[in-house]
Amino acid sequence: MAMKIIVNGDGLAVSEDIKHIKDLLDYLGVADKPLIVEHNQQILQKEAHEQSVLTEGDKIEIVHFVGGG
Amino acid sequence: MQQQAVRKKGSVLAANRYHRQVLFAPIGEAGQEKLSQSHVLIVGVGALGSSSAEALARAGVGKLTLIDRDYVEESNLQRQQLFSELDMKNKLPKAVAAKQRLAAVNSLIEIEAIVGDAEADNLSQLVSQVDLIIDATDNFETRLLLNDLAQKYRKPWIYGACVASYGITFTVIPDQTPCLQCLQDYIPQQGATCDSVGVIQPVVQKVTSHQVTEALKLLTGNEANLSGKLTAFDLWKNQHTEVDVATLRNPDCPSCSEARSYPNLAYDARMKTTVLCGRDTVQLRPQSKQVELAEVARELQKNKQIQLVRNPYLLSFEVDSFRIVLFQDGRALIHGTMDQMEAKNIYYRYLS
Repeated sequence: MAMKIIVNGDGLAVSEDIKHIKDLLDYLGVADKPLIVEHNQQILQKEAHEQSVLTEGDKIEIVHFVGGG
Repeated sequence: MQQQAVRKKGSVLAANRYHRQVLFAPIGEAGQEKLSQSHVLIVGVGALGSSSAEALARAGVGKLTLIDRDYVEESNLQRQQLFSELDMKNKLPKAVAAKQRLAAVNSLIEIEAIVGDAEADNLSQLVSQVDLIIDATDNFETRLLLNDLAQKYRKPWIYGACVASYGITFTVIPDQTPCLQCLQDYIPQQGATCDSVGVIQPVVQKVTSHQVTEALKLLTGNEANLSGKLTAFDLWKNQHTEVDVATLRNPDCPSCSEARSYPNLAYDARMKTTVLCGRDTVQLRPQSKQVELAEVARELQKNKQIQLVRNPYLLSFEVDSFRIVLFQDGRALIHGTMDQMEAKNIYYRYLS
C-alpha cells in the first residue's frame, strides 16, 4: 500500500518499504549529498535520518547548498 | 554658484528618481536617506553581482564597492546583465566594466571597483568599512572567508548562489542567526559545485531579488521584516522551500561562538593556485604583488610567436593550446588546463 507524503510542496506516493527519512533520501537518489532535511517543520540532524519514521501526510523539505554565482 | 546649481540639479533629480521607492511606506523618505548614507560591498561581479549591483545602484545606495578577479568573456553575456559585447571585445575586467555601466545608470552614487582576488588582506579592510556585504561569489572558500570577516566586524552578509534552475539564499546576522561555519556539514566538498549543468538567467534574478530585498530591509531599519529562513527554490520544478535553520546555530562554532578563532582567516602566503569552477582555468596568485604590465609585454614581445592583447588592466596572449591572462595585481589566469602543476609550469615559463 502506498503512503502519500509531501516533498518540497509536491505530493509523492511512496511504497511501504520507505519507512524512514533515510529510505526516502535513498529513493530520491540524494542520500550521499549533504542535505538539510526538515521533517514536519523540525530540522533533522544527520544522525536522525535513519530513525525518523515517515507517516501519511508528512511534510518534508529538502534543501542543498550550491556554490555557483 | 555653479556648484550650487549642480547640487540643486542633483537634489531635484534625486527627488524624482527615487519617488516610487519613497512612496513604498516601509522605506519612505527616512529609508531613502538611510540608503543614500549606506555603503555595500558586493563580492564577485558575475551573474549575481551584476544583478545585485544594478538593483542597489538604482535604489540609490550611496556607495557600492565591487570586487572581482575576472574579465568579461562571451559566455558571460547570457546572464551577467551589466556587460556588453564591447566589454567582451576589450577584455575589460568585470569590476571595471560594471562600474562604467553603473555610473551611467546612476551618477548620484559613488562606485568603487577593485580588480583582484577577494582574499583575507584586502577583504578585511573592506568589510570593516561597509554596512553589509552581498555574497556573489562562486565558491565556498571565499564565502567562508567572508563569513569569518563578517563575524569579526559584526556585519550582516547575505549568502546567495544558483546553479541550473535552482537558487538558495540566507541572511547571516552576527549574534542572531547561524553563520556559514555553523552549517559547514551541509556545504558540498570543493569541486562538487563545479557543475557542468549550466544556469538559466531568471534564477539569478530570483536569488538577487531575495538578496537585495533583505539588504533594503537591513539598510532602512526594517530588520523585523527579515526572512530569518534559509530560502531555496527551483524555478523549473516550480518548488519553493523555506527552512528555519535557527536550531543549527552551533554554540561551539569556531567562527561565531564566544570561543571564536576564525579558522577561515588563517593566511597562506605561498603561491596560491585555484581551479576555477567549470572553466578549464587555473588562477595563480604569486606572493609578490603588482607587476609592470608594460615591462612584461616588452619581454614577451621578444618572442615573435606571441600575439599580445593589452588594455590598462591586463594583458592576454595565446601560446600552444593555452591562453594566459596577466593582471596588474600579479595574478594570472591560465585557460586551457585544470592541472595546477601544468599551470604553474606555464606561468614560470612565460611570466617569471
